Amino acid sequence: MSEVILSVKDLRASIDGKEILKGLNLEIKAGEVHAIMGRNGSGKSTFSKVLAGHPAYEVTGGDILYKGESILEKEPDERANEGIFLAFQYPIEIPGVSNLDFLRVAYNAKRKYHGEEEIDTFDFEDLVEEKLDVVKMNPSFLERSLNQGFSGGEKKRNEILQMALLEPSLSILDETDSGLDIDALRIVAEGVNQLATPENSSIVITHYQRLLNYIEPHFVHVMYDGQIVKTGTKELALELEERGYEFIDELVEVGA
Amino acid sequence: MSPLVSVKTETNTYLSKLLKQFASDSQSKNLKELRDRAKSLVESSRLPDKKDEEWQFTDLSELLEQDFQLAPVAEVSTQILEEYALLETRESRIVFVNGYYSPELSNISAIDATVYVGNLKGLDEARQAKIVNHLADEVGNEKLFAALNTSGLEDAAVIWAKANAIATIPIQILHLSAPEESTKFSQPRTIIVAEKSSNLQIVEKYGVAGDEYGKVPYLTNTVTQIWLEENARVNHTRVQKEALSCFHIAKTAVFQERDSHYTGNEISIGSKLYRHNIEVTQKGEQTETNLNGLVTISDKQLADTHSLVSLNLPHGTVNQLHKCIVSDRARAVFNGKILVPQKAQLTNATQLNRNLLLSPKARVNTKPELQITADDVKCAHGATISQLEEDEIFYLRSRGLKETDAKFLLIDAFAAEIIDRISIESLRKRLTQCVACKTVN
Ligand SMILES: Nc1ncnc2c1ncn2[C@@H]1O[C@H](COP(=O)(O)OP(=O)(O)OP(=O)(O)O)[C@@H](O)[C@H]1O
Ligand SMILES: [Mg+2]
Repeated sequence: MSEVILSVKDLRASIDGKEILKGLNLEIKAGEVHAIMGRNGSGKSTFSKVLAGHPAYEVTGGDILYKGESILEKEPDERANEGIFLAFQYPIEIPGVSNLDFLRVAYNAKRKYHGEEEIDTFDFEDLVEEKLDVVKMNPSFLERSLNQGFSGGEKKRNEILQMALLEPSLSILDETDSGLDIDALRIVAEGVNQLATPENSSIVITHYQRLLNYIEPHFVHVMYDGQIVKTGTKELALELEERGYEFIDELVEVGA
Repeated sequence: MSPLVSVKTETNTYLSKLLKQFASDSQSKNLKELRDRAKSLVESSRLPDKKDEEWQFTDLSELLEQDFQLAPVAEVSTQILEEYALLETRESRIVFVNGYYSPELSNISAIDATVYVGNLKGLDEARQAKIVNHLADEVGNEKLFAALNTSGLEDAAVIWAKANAIATIPIQILHLSAPEESTKFSQPRTIIVAEKSSNLQIVEKYGVAGDEYGKVPYLTNTVTQIWLEENARVNHTRVQKEALSCFHIAKTAVFQERDSHYTGNEISIGSKLYRHNIEVTQKGEQTETNLNGLVTISDKQLADTHSLVSLNLPHGTVNQLHKCIVSDRARAVFNGKILVPQKAQLTNATQLNRNLLLSPKARVNTKPELQITADDVKCAHGATISQLEEDEIFYLRSRGLKETDAKFLLIDAFAAEIIDRISIESLRKRLTQCVACKTVN
């Protein structure tokens, strides 16, 4: 039986006193891909940021176990260095920080955390060149300021590039597919698939069943008002696409 | 007696006490006349106070509490020099300590005959006389401290590029203060002449020979004048990194003839009180002025930049970007005026002041100001005040960076926009480290 990577138990979280996550449960084993779908505002991004440790959110109940240990007390950078990676729905633009420098700093932060020697500029460039191939990115992007003036698709590819470098055990992709044209979508999805191993796992947050043709999930969850209210397989995504979220509304009402 | 009069008397006594310390002999007749004129200007002035609009936020009362003595000639070890000397200017630098020329610490072996780099006293008589003439046409609003400097003028740093001279390596002018047990003041002076179609790259640096955190207050009252003849280009970086006990009062006056380009990069890191008046006069058509500023302050430091660019003829260009990083209880003041009179048609002027506040007690007073009477111009100005964004910090932390490292990266990025405009690599590197170390707590 494979190892449990993530176990979320009755998780409650709020921001500015407003409760957003209202008792969320989820378990993910090594090698699994879980898709999370759900309406706008149902709390998907909130969940991903709480997993990554965003300080603006307060966890008011429940627990998050990562590889068997609670991470609630851990700083975002500790979580990252232990292998949790969030590909942001809206990656931040940082003028003045070159993409290459940023990638190197992030890569070395992880090495340092694990007691390994930092890698020098030259060796790092070789390493990045290799990873660029995963997302078919032009090396010229490395010279530019982090995400500044990148198109939506370029930003998302840059997130996957970071993921490729940092080799996380748990990656959370928050709407990495939204707004991508089919070519960009294919590149991103293939990148994600290339990085998948039997040891790591991922959460793929999406609104579109289309993505799941490229990244095959083992489970599909539906989020509704801060909870996971239904779990199924790939077919659930198809059903959602066909019938819309109304049938979930009905389901929730029946359950209530 | 009304309180106003008493203040005036008090500051006058203060100023005349400073004036009395200047030796009155051993100068050429021309220089003596110049000094005397400056002296009477000082005598008839009073120190500005908070009621003066231009000094509203910069309180000199602490300065008034000090009894400054003229700093003597002092020795500085070559070790200290290493801290400030740049790799690129090992053989193209002149050093002044407490305002006095130090030939031992200077090294100009890489400079050829087309550029004079040295002190005023060492310059040939013809050009000395020219300079003294030049010095007489002081302009601008802020005359008092410059006149105080002139009142004691004996020597100065001089860089003089002859027509068509192209200095391929940068030249460094290093003004060091050597503070002592008692409160001292020094008055460095710098004169730069770029003749027709010449090209200069200059780093003017102010530092302290001794403990950066030294307790004994001292005053540096400095004046730099730069003349650009037709079609000359001067790239001038001014770095102020005095001790935190320093009052640094400075004026940079730039005169530009037609088709000339002046770029001034102002970096200010040290001093408890810093006031810099930048006054640029465009005296010809198609003249370009670029002013870049970076101020990083903490503790209770105050850094005040007042700039005034006067355009007078058509096709002038001004680009100004002034950035401040302010932490703790520090205060940054920016007052930038660009004057575009009727005659200055087809002017292209932009002015922007950006401020990054790192603590709730940090303060910024900013007043970007374009005064335009010409009608066919392209002008824009503005000011912004921001803080480090939580989401930016989180993004970096989610990639494994510690909170402080994430903040540094963002602060460095803010500073980089100015630092990257400096063409000297070792200086860029040093400044990058400096900005980071400044904000370490
Ligand atoms: N700072 C905040 N203060 C108050 N409410 C917030 C704050 N941030 C988010 N919310 C609310 O939390 C809820 C969940 O938002 P979240 O971004 O997690 O939804 P989502 O499922 O990711 O939606 P989408 O599909 O549009 O990305 C929304 O109702 C949103 O308005
Ligand atoms: Mg979202």
